[in-house]
Amino acid sequence: MSSVTAQGGFTSESFAAFLRGRDEPDWALDQRRRAWEHAESLPLPSTADEEWRRTDLRRFHLNRFELPGESDPSPAEPDALLTHGVQLAGRTWAHNSHPLEASLSQKWRDRGVLLTSLDAAIKEHADLVRPHLWRAFDREYDKFAALHAACWSGGTVLYVPAGVEMDEPIHMLSSLGEGGVDLHHTLVILEESAEATVLGETSGDAGAGLHLGGIELLVGPQARLRYVNLQNWGQQVWHFAHQKALVDRDARLQWTIGALGSKLAKVNQHVALTGEHAQAQVNGVMFTEGRQHINYHTHQHHQVPNTTSDLLYKGALQDDSRVVWRGMIKVDPAAQKTSGYQRDDNLILSDRARADSIPGLEIEADDVICTHGATAGRVDDELIFYCRTRGLTRNEAVRTVVAGFFQKVFDRITIESVREALGEAIGRRIREFH
Amino acid sequence: MSETLSINDLHVSVEGKEILRGVNLELRRGETHALMGPNGSGKSTLGFAIMGHPNYEVTSGRITLDGEDLLAMEPHERARAGLFMAFQRPMSIPGVKMADFLRHAVSNVRNPERKEGEDLLPMREFRKELRSKMEQLRMDPEFARRYVNDGFSGGEMKRAEILQLAMLRPKFAVLDETDSGLDVDAVRLASQSIAEIGGREMGILIITHHDKLLEHNPPDVTHVMLGGRIVESGGAELAAELHKSGYDRIRAAHPEAAAAEERLAQEEREAAEQFVS
Repeated sequence: MSSVTAQGGFTSESFAAFLRGRDEPDWALDQRRRAWEHAESLPLPSTADEEWRRTDLRRFHLNRFELPGESDPSPAEPDALLTHGVQLAGRTWAHNSHPLEASLSQKWRDRGVLLTSLDAAIKEHADLVRPHLWRAFDREYDKFAALHAACWSGGTVLYVPAGVEMDEPIHMLSSLGEGGVDLHHTLVILEESAEATVLGETSGDAGAGLHLGGIELLVGPQARLRYVNLQNWGQQVWHFAHQKALVDRDARLQWTIGALGSKLAKVNQHVALTGEHAQAQVNGVMFTEGRQHINYHTHQHHQVPNTTSDLLYKGALQDDSRVVWRGMIKVDPAAQKTSGYQRDDNLILSDRARADSIPGLEIEADDVICTHGATAGRVDDELIFYCRTRGLTRNEAVRTVVAGFFQKVFDRITIESVREALGEAIGRRIREFH
Repeated sequence: MSETLSINDLHVSVEGKEILRGVNLELRRGETHALMGPNGSGKSTLGFAIMGHPNYEVTSGRITLDGEDLLAMEPHERARAGLFMAFQRPMSIPGVKMADFLRHAVSNVRNPERKEGEDLLPMREFRKELRSKMEQLRMDPEFARRYVNDGFSGGEMKRAEILQLAMLRPKFAVLDETDSGLDVDAVRLASQSIAEIGGREMGILIITHHDKLLEHNPPDVTHVMLGGRIVESGGAELAAELHKSGYDRIRAAHPEAAAAEERLAQEEREAAEQFVS
C-alpha cells in the first residue's frame, strides 16, 4: 500500500508521486508513463466532438480531484445490492481506488481460479496477466482512456482456467467516499470452455466523486460469461468508462448493465465477436432522475462470419434527466451470416426529461440480418386512469406501468438477484408522478 | 339499509363542452339497469364521470354511494368504495401479467386501507380463487400469465374485464358496451357469465345497444339517454322495443333532447374535420 500522498489534481508532479508509491515492475510503469504522455497531449473532449455533442463537460474540472494517495483507514463497507440470497464463490472490494479485499473459496482456488486485485496480480502473476492486459482496451481512444491506462488503481482480475465451470458467482464491489476517485480496472479472463458469472457493482454516498474506469472481458473459445455491472454511484459522481468484451469462437456472453447513479456518465460499451459462432447478448436497464445525464455509446462489432449480437436497452427518465444512447452495429467484410440486433426504448416520466436514441448500422458484408429500433414514449394518462379504477393509487399505477416497461429486459436477465435488485432500486426511485 | 348509487342532476363537460345535461338515476344493489341510447348520447360519459376520469368535469349535480359523496373521491378511492367499470376499450399494460395486476387490484379493493408497499393477498389463496373464477368463466388458465390486454382480441379483452369484475366483486358496476365487438355466441357467453359470477348481488348498469347482453340479466329498469339526459325509463320491454324499432319514437317524443343530440353530433363532426385538416 502506498505511503506517499499524491496531491494537487492530475499533474505531472502528482503523477510522479503516484508512480513512486506504486512499487510496480518496470513494464507496468513504462505502460503508465506512455499513457500519461498520451493523456497530456489530448484535450478533454468537447461538444465539438461528435461523440460528445450532447454531453457537455464544461462543468467538469479534473483537477478538483486527486490521484489516489493513502488509503482511507477504515471505510464502512456499503450494502451490496446484487448479492441478496446468493451463495458467492468469491468477492472483491475496492474503496477510493484501494483494493481492500479479495477472497475466493478454497474449492475454486483448488481448481486454479484466480481472483485478486490487479495491483497485486501485475507483481505476483505477471506472466498470466501481462499478455491479456489492454487487449480489449484502446488506451489512445480519448483523454479518459489514456488517463485510466496511466493511473488505474484498485483493479480486479478474475482468471478461470480452461474447462472450469464456476456455478457460483463472483461479486466485485467498488465504492467511493466523499471527493474520492475510482480508477478501477476489471480484467476477466475465461479460458476455453470456462464458465463464470460476475456481479459487479459500484456504490457511493452523496458526495462528489470521479470514476475513470475500464473493463476488459476476454471470453475464450466455447466459454460462457455472464457479466453484470450495476453503476450505482451517488448523484454527484462523474463517470467515464471504457468497457469492452472480446468473444471468441463458440463462446457466449451475456452482459447486463444497470445505470442508476452518477451526475454525468459517458460510457463506451463495446462487444467484439472475434470467433465464429460467438454470441453476445447485451441488456441495459437505466433509471435517471434529478439532473442526471447518462450517455452510452454501444458498439457491436462482428469481425468474423456466423456471429450473433443482440442488444436491448430500456430506460425510464424522471425529472430533468437526460439519456443519450448511440448504438452501432459494425459488420466487417468477412463477417457473412451475421445476425445483429439493437433496440433502445425509453419511457419518459416527466415533461422535462429527454431521451435521444441514435441507432446505427455500418455493414460491409452482404449476407447478414441486422435490425435496429428505438422508441420513446410517455406514460399514457388513460392507462393510469384504467389502473386507478382497479383500486391502484396514481403512484402504484405508474410503478406498475414502469415495471411492465422493464419486464422485457428483465425477462432476458437470467440471474434472479440481479432482476430483483434492479427492480427494487427502480421501485424505490419512482416518485409521485405529475 | 339498502345500498344505493344515486345520481342527481348531473352535469358533465369534456373540454368545456357540456355532454351530460342533468342526469338522474338511482341504482340499488341487487338491481340491474340497462342504459340505452344512440351513439354520442352521453352513456359512456356517465360511466367515466361515475369512475372519476380527470377529463370529465362535473360542473354541477351529485353522485353518492350510500349517501357518501363520490365526487370528493379519487378514482382509486371509488374503486375501493365498491365501484367498477368494465371499459368499452380496455387498456393494455405490456409487461404486467394479468394475475399480478389482479392480485394488486384485489388486495387494494378488499382492504381499502391498504398502503402502498403493504402485503398483498397471500399468493396461494389468490391463485386458488383466480383459478376457480377462470374455470367458472371457461377461460384458459394461460390467460392469467399473459400481459394485461396486451395482444388480446376484442373478445378476449371483454372476457378479461368480466374476470376482473368477478374477482373484484364490486357493489356497483358499469358495463360499458361489454358486448361490442363480440359475435353472438360470445355475447351470450358474456351475458351468462355476468349472471353466474353473481351479478345479482351487485347493482349493475349495463350500457348496450343490443338486448343480447340482457338475455341472462333482465333489467329491472331500462333508461334511454338522448342528448345528455335520461328521457325515458321503463322495464325490460322498453329495451326490447328500442332494440327492435330504434330511437325514432324517442326522438319524436323528446324534441328538445333530440335537438341537443343533433347539436353535439354537429360539433363532433366539426371537431373531427378540424382534426383532419
